[in-house]
Amino acid sequence: MTPSDRDATGLLTRPDHFVQLVTPAGERRADAEFDPWVADVDTAALGRLYRDMAIVRRIDTEATALQRQGELGLWPPLMGQEAAQIGSARGLRDDDFVFSSYREHAVAWCRGVSAADLLRVWRGSAASGWNPYDHNMAVPQIIIGAQTLHATGYAMGAAWEGSDAAAIAYFGDGATSEGDVNEALVFAASFDAPVVFFCQNNQWAISEPVGLQSKQHLARRADGFGMPGVRVDGNDVLAVLAATRIALDRARRGEGPTFIEAVTYRMGPHTTADDPKRYRTDEELAEWRERDPLARVLALLEASGVDVAGLERDVAAEADRAAAELRAALTTIADPEALTVFDHVYAEPNSHVERQRDHYTRYLEMFADAPTEQSTGAAASETIEGGAR
Amino acid sequence: MTTLTLAKALNAGLRRALADDDKVVLMGEDIGTLGGVFRVTDGLKAEFGAKRVVDTPLSEAGIVGTAVGLAYRGFRPVLEIQFDGFIYPAFDQIVAQVAKLHYRSRGNVRMPITIRVPFGGGIGAAEHHSESPEAYFAHTAGLRVVACSNPADAYVMLRQAIASDDPVLFFEPKRRYHVKGEVDETASLADARPMGVATTVTTGTDVTLVTYGGLVQTARDVATAAAEDGVSIEVIDLRSLAPVDYATIEASVRRTGRLVITHEAGQQGGVGAELAASITERCFEFLEAAPVRVTGHDIPYPPAKLERHHLPDLDRILDGVDRVLGRPNSLSGVEA
Repeated sequence: MTPSDRDATGLLTRPDHFVQLVTPAGERRADAEFDPWVADVDTAALGRLYRDMAIVRRIDTEATALQRQGELGLWPPLMGQEAAQIGSARGLRDDDFVFSSYREHAVAWCRGVSAADLLRVWRGSAASGWNPYDHNMAVPQIIIGAQTLHATGYAMGAAWEGSDAAAIAYFGDGATSEGDVNEALVFAASFDAPVVFFCQNNQWAISEPVGLQSKQHLARRADGFGMPGVRVDGNDVLAVLAATRIALDRARRGEGPTFIEAVTYRMGPHTTADDPKRYRTDEELAEWRERDPLARVLALLEASGVDVAGLERDVAAEADRAAAELRAALTTIADPEALTVFDHVYAEPNSHVERQRDHYTRYLEMFADAPTEQSTGAAASETIEGGAR
Repeated sequence: MTTLTLAKALNAGLRRALADDDKVVLMGEDIGTLGGVFRVTDGLKAEFGAKRVVDTPLSEAGIVGTAVGLAYRGFRPVLEIQFDGFIYPAFDQIVAQVAKLHYRSRGNVRMPITIRVPFGGGIGAAEHHSESPEAYFAHTAGLRVVACSNPADAYVMLRQAIASDDPVLFFEPKRRYHVKGEVDETASLADARPMGVATTVTTGTDVTLVTYGGLVQTARDVATAAAEDGVSIEVIDLRSLAPVDYATIEASVRRTGRLVITHEAGQQGGVGAELAASITERCFEFLEAAPVRVTGHDIPYPPAKLERHHLPDLDRILDGVDRVLGRPNSLSGVEA
């Protein structure tokens, strides 16, 4: 599957080259250097990549709707970035470790994160959704770029232990201006850390265009840090898969980090609290709609003789089931109990936290006789308000 | 018992921790080949290799941020921030990541990271080399903050910090690095005083004087000088700034009725402010006077030739003792 006998470094030192294996129209472009890395992707495998992308798009759309209906406090949509996330995540091994930002729902889905665990945080019910060690995917990071250092450290540790597992850091174009990201690139290069820096350049950091972050292609920065950089069409799932496999192969062989710039577009708002109409045009949106990551795969499959109508129908049904499952998962997320605010501040007993827990427990007990029809947590917050009046 | 300087005691503690647990790794600037600018890590790279004692790029956020990833992987990183005033570039990684990841991950991910910080003044250093930033970290939930004051504690508390499953900011009083003391390298950690427990350094009946780090010795000197004047001072070495061992302080204040707190850090929002408020809440009816704080001024750290006008010293602390006793002092007649 991965031609490990090749020296990958040469492939990745063309930062101005734009790697595209499938055009927006669905034409398969030959690329002598990247094609071998996806030679195993036949029409069936390509169909599975389409299925992944269609399902996560449907899940994403459903979550956006759930936010609009008041079921979630916030949702950062991934719409438009399906190929970048699926292509990269499907290149990973189970024992690789993912350090992501808050938008990588498709990556989480590939890692086997359940619907309820995906929503927990956005419903405001928990500080995080899943045990990172169950999925080898860290708690998503909200501080921009901070996770790139975590990925680098993890990778350094894996290498020191003699493992050939790699880490991958997901971050955006805006993050490349952060000190943490630049420091991560320095550390990773200096220690030959087996880490992939996967930058989804989705053109916008909330309202700020990528041109404010960088005067040149982001992939070109890699050279200055002493690592190969590659610029791929982030809406081309095949190109992304190939680039990720190359980078992971380098990492496993002890050749160090790779920087991938996946050029994509955030079709939706930054989050459901954002209004992108204030900073970008309909024309730009229309332009990127023409480069849709799903449509080109369907076109390619059709040209390959696949029954695309049938595939679309089957996948749509499956995606609808996934969306229904997501909605149903909401009911399984219990409101947290009041006193759990004190849980896990420390791993070991801590006299200060225990005292505050004790005092707050006594406070809540003052309202223990108040009538309650809901769960303890909701009842407690109601009675506190009552007490304040 | 071995006679060691505080710096050598830390070195011995690190060597022991590296030998006891192969997941312990040391990271920092100049800690390997050079052995650290204060030589605290002297000889450790030669003994344990470059993968256990790691010279890092000059990047404090990088040191702490990669340590987070290493902790994810199951390592137990021990980091050196070269000087107190250099810690701020790492502030986000410490406060937003190290401190919160156990909570954020609902207890699934542990951050057993020790961050060593040489702190405090009195050594005639340049700007950024004499600061006392401990209150920033004591304010942050999820961190433990400790300060050692002598070689014996340095050896034991550092090993305890490294063994802790919680992240620990470990403050080392650099003006005491070269002062010698007896260290028992054979004692087991299980028998040692937990690092969260304060130490009563000298017993007394008139005033409780609480401090930590570099000023503990000064406080001892205060007790000696005050005794000549007929005042009995109980000196408490706080050791842990977060959480605070209130039981020890409360018991003392209930006997003395008077509390003086001294630290090099500025007064506003400092550790002393929290102690004064908490002891007032807990021991109000036992207090004969309002708690007194003797601290550094709320100013940027001054040039070396002025630092003696910034740092609390024997006379300034004695002046605070006079104030808490209602004796004539520098603020007599001045309205609070």
